[in-house]
Amino acid sequence: MNKTDVLIIGAGPTGLFCAHQLGIIGLSCEIVDNLDKAGGQCIELYPDKPIYDIPAVPECTGEELTNNLLKQIEPFNVKFHLNERVEELKKNQKRWHVKTSGGVKFDVAAIVIAGGVGSFEPRKFSVKECEKFEGNSLFYSIKDKSIFKDKTISIFGGGDSALDWAIELSNSSKVNLIHRRDGFSGAEASVQKVKELNGQGKLNLYTKFQMDSVMGDKKIESVKIKDEEGEIKEIKSNYVLGFFGLIMQLGPILNWGLNINKKTVEVNTENFETNVNGIFAIGDICSYPGKLKLILSGFHEGALAARGCFKYAKPDEKLRFEFTTTSKAAQERLGIKK
Amino acid sequence: MAKITYHTHDNKTHTVDVQKGLTVMEGAVQNDIPGIDADCGGGMACATCHVYVKEEWLDKLPSKEDGEEDMLDMAFEPKNNSRLSCQIIVSDELDGLEVNIPSKQG
Repeated sequence: MNKTDVLIIGAGPTGLFCAHQLGIIGLSCEIVDNLDKAGGQCIELYPDKPIYDIPAVPECTGEELTNNLLKQIEPFNVKFHLNERVEELKKNQKRWHVKTSGGVKFDVAAIVIAGGVGSFEPRKFSVKECEKFEGNSLFYSIKDKSIFKDKTISIFGGGDSALDWAIELSNSSKVNLIHRRDGFSGAEASVQKVKELNGQGKLNLYTKFQMDSVMGDKKIESVKIKDEEGEIKEIKSNYVLGFFGLIMQLGPILNWGLNINKKTVEVNTENFETNVNGIFAIGDICSYPGKLKLILSGFHEGALAARGCFKYAKPDEKLRFEFTTTSKAAQERLGIKK
Repeated sequence: MAKITYHTHDNKTHTVDVQKGLTVMEGAVQNDIPGIDADCGGGMACATCHVYVKEEWLDKLPSKEDGEEDMLDMAFEPKNNSRLSCQIIVSDELDGLEVNIPSKQG
């Protein structure tokens, strides 16, 4: 059981800055995120795209913003639990017991949900039968590539994941790459490489095709693909891989008794607490009159929510308002030596 | 104002007045028309405002910017008449536009 003052759900910019604000006022926290790295949408959706509306930062990329936020919270030694999704919350007297998908347990005084638009999950095929084969001969990510050796693999998608895996697996497997159009969103060099491999017969490229159906008994045996005119081709496949990026799902948050409206959690604007005492929501996931889905709004919300957590974490103490420029306590927490 | 008609997957038709300058996505969200999630809020960073545009309107729409087609790769069952509704800005010329909302967005 990990005992800490506050559990932050979501390691996007809002969650990271909230950790900073908690640290400044002397509260400990740990962060859980479903992705394998911190940064949230900034890293997953637009790591290289410049952001122009962070106060006092004229321009920075999502990756730079994330790295700077991580640097800013270094003094607090915040523990991250990545690749974990929070599944269960249970009130335990005055505290909360929390459990993640990987079985990690927490005992905390308050919870801050900074979950963006929910947790990122792979986008799946729309063909119904695909569910039956998922995890057995149909995958949305690769954990052990050795299973594909000398097999026939049909890869769907046109982004970097699809192209990179098509190139890599073509060394030791028979690869079909299927994409719905001629253009690709992946890196140009990879597109050229795929076309080259196709020309050499080391890979079969099918563009303007989409999945029609999958066939097989226990495992996939073949897959049917359909072009715009409705022409259907059947290709033998031992495995099917789909790389269509990630989609955001609210997931278990729906079951925690929170007031939810249009996939967002209602909060008050005094301290961003939800209808459940001790549970706060900040960033894109919270809603209130006038809400703007901007990173800078998330920072403000995190600062206030951190202070809102104080009374749950230290009920017998009084929180004094202080500036980092002059507060000895804050500077000590930041590890500043004078 | 322009009249925009949204056909939802439950075979219902919603015709609403959308102010010029708003997007077809915003028109749906503000009028509580189901099926447009618009997770990213209109930033062309997801594909959850995906719609099918009625064929006769396809040529009248502003053409796709870089990136829209890349996002449509991620959409649920993209077709030739697929667009992201956050990228269609309502104008007088689009008065009467009709779009179909797919059965789901993810």
